[in-house]
Amino acid sequence: MNWIAIWVTFKLAALTALILLMVGVPIAYWVSFSRWRWKFLIESVVALPLVLPPTVLGFYILVAIGPHSPFGRWYTDLVGHPLPFTFEGLVLASVLYSLPFAVQPFSAAFDQVDRRLIETSWTLGVSKCKTFVKLIAPLSLAGLITGFVLSFAHTLGEFGVVLMVGGNIDGSTRTVSIDIYDEVQALNYAGAAKTALFLLVVSYLVLLIVYAINRNVWAAWPQK
Amino acid sequence: MAAEIDINIVKTFPGRATIRAQIRYPLEASTVLILFGPSGSGKTTILRAVAGLEWPEEGTIRFVSRTWLDTASAVRVVPQDRHIGYMPQDYALFPTYTVAGNIAYGLGHLNSPDRKKRVDEMVELFQLRGLEAAKPRELSGGQQQRVALARAVAPRPLLLLLDEPLSALDAPTRLHLRGELRSLLKQLALPSMIVTHDWTEALTLGDVMAVVGAGNVLQVGTPLDVFSHPQNAEVAHVVGVETVVKGRIEGMVDGMFRVSVNGTMLTVVKAESTAADVFVCIRAEDVVLERGRADASSARNHLAGTVTTVTALGALARVTINCGFPLVAMVTRSAVEEFELVSGLPVAAAIKAGAVHLVSRQGD
Repeated sequence: MNWIAIWVTFKLAALTALILLMVGVPIAYWVSFSRWRWKFLIESVVALPLVLPPTVLGFYILVAIGPHSPFGRWYTDLVGHPLPFTFEGLVLASVLYSLPFAVQPFSAAFDQVDRRLIETSWTLGVSKCKTFVKLIAPLSLAGLITGFVLSFAHTLGEFGVVLMVGGNIDGSTRTVSIDIYDEVQALNYAGAAKTALFLLVVSYLVLLIVYAINRNVWAAWPQK
Repeated sequence: MAAEIDINIVKTFPGRATIRAQIRYPLEASTVLILFGPSGSGKTTILRAVAGLEWPEEGTIRFVSRTWLDTASAVRVVPQDRHIGYMPQDYALFPTYTVAGNIAYGLGHLNSPDRKKRVDEMVELFQLRGLEAAKPRELSGGQQQRVALARAVAPRPLLLLLDEPLSALDAPTRLHLRGELRSLLKQLALPSMIVTHDWTEALTLGDVMAVVGAGNVLQVGTPLDVFSHPQNAEVAHVVGVETVVKGRIEGMVDGMFRVSVNGTMLTVVKAESTAADVFVCIRAEDVVLERGRADASSARNHLAGTVTTVTALGALARVTINCGFPLVAMVTRSAVEEFELVSGLPVAAAIKAGAVHLVSRQGD
């Protein structure tokens, strides 16, 4: 097994999931609580990676962060090297690619919180921000964990976007799924099988956690 | 500055009657203002607008010297800055917090010892001792109501807003807690606004009531005044009980209560409490008019009196009789003609003992 690829993959998935927790929560909050009538426009954009072929998404990200785009030039000036085919570029692409896997569970959880609880909190003098921390987040804990775990798992298995944006640089952008593809190309089926099985087991464990949490198996407080 | 609430708002909802509410009334230390009306009349919306949870398109809301809303000069004070205590209909206790945690929730501005002290005061006042560590779902309906009230009162708000405070409870508990709520509100010395659709609650809890129908405030006055002198037919219809007079339970005979109303004795099947001071409430359709001597019927109350007014209302007529107190009867137009009911005519009014409702009243 290519332990370096596994390490890169887990580092990528963990970072992506953490960033999505920070970025996805405000987006999901807005999606759940905004009364703006054109909200669906933004919701559709967030959901786009669900239906878009990863190569298409990867292509646009590559163009957007490449040296010919204003963002790409700005990044190169700032850091000294271009973003494509680096680990950081991969993180950015993964965040965009896994965005719906975080935002949708977060938003679904926020939707479940009784509005009267939130309003009562406001009347008690507690700001919207503190109400989120003290009331909404604890009540949405299962959804927050689900979103975190799903975006982690989804990033583990990404292939098309990684290939387009990250390339195949050992120790930096070669992830597990690309490693498997390489092994198969090299007709090394035994190596591919081991890594594939590893990914299968990890993915299954991750989904076990998600479903168990939503069934309240290890709930911190018993079901109502 | 006079302590008064001044509400003048317009709020539209698609597919519903527009709410145009005007209420201006002095709210002293422990005044309880009742917003009374049928469901869908807009009373909850008015309360929510005062809480800052609903934004009227137009209007002003002022309380004492504070302006909470003035659309003309773009003043919109958020609920956090209104210093109100709000209790929604189903109490909305925070499920992840304990009883003590719920009460302490709005006390973030206090330091730890002060907060503990305040929570302790509330636990004592609302008789929640021993339940501090319980989660809301472990509590009975009555206990939940007390926790919600304690949570609303703990930050020492300027105004208490209660939306149907008793409707989530079963009937016996509701009856018991109605009296308890009244004495608590008086003890807190805190002005409050209470939404209810139950006229017995309006009578027991209220110092003032505003009758709301189809989005409009129809009449504002003391409950007794509103019940006995509805300004128009709409108010009378919303209120639904035409005769409300003060009475005193004098004793029991054969398992029935004897109640004196301004010297006239009535027999009543049951009272909701044994307090001597009561409101005697009689629906107009429960009053039967008899000409001359007709006390051979099964009705227990036969009151001699004279007709004071006869008002035609479509196929029915509203007849007011003076029988020691003003009694309203609803009879058909044909009965008016047959009995030749005119002002000054002596009649007898028959009321079944079961049709007289006694609602407890605080002695005054």
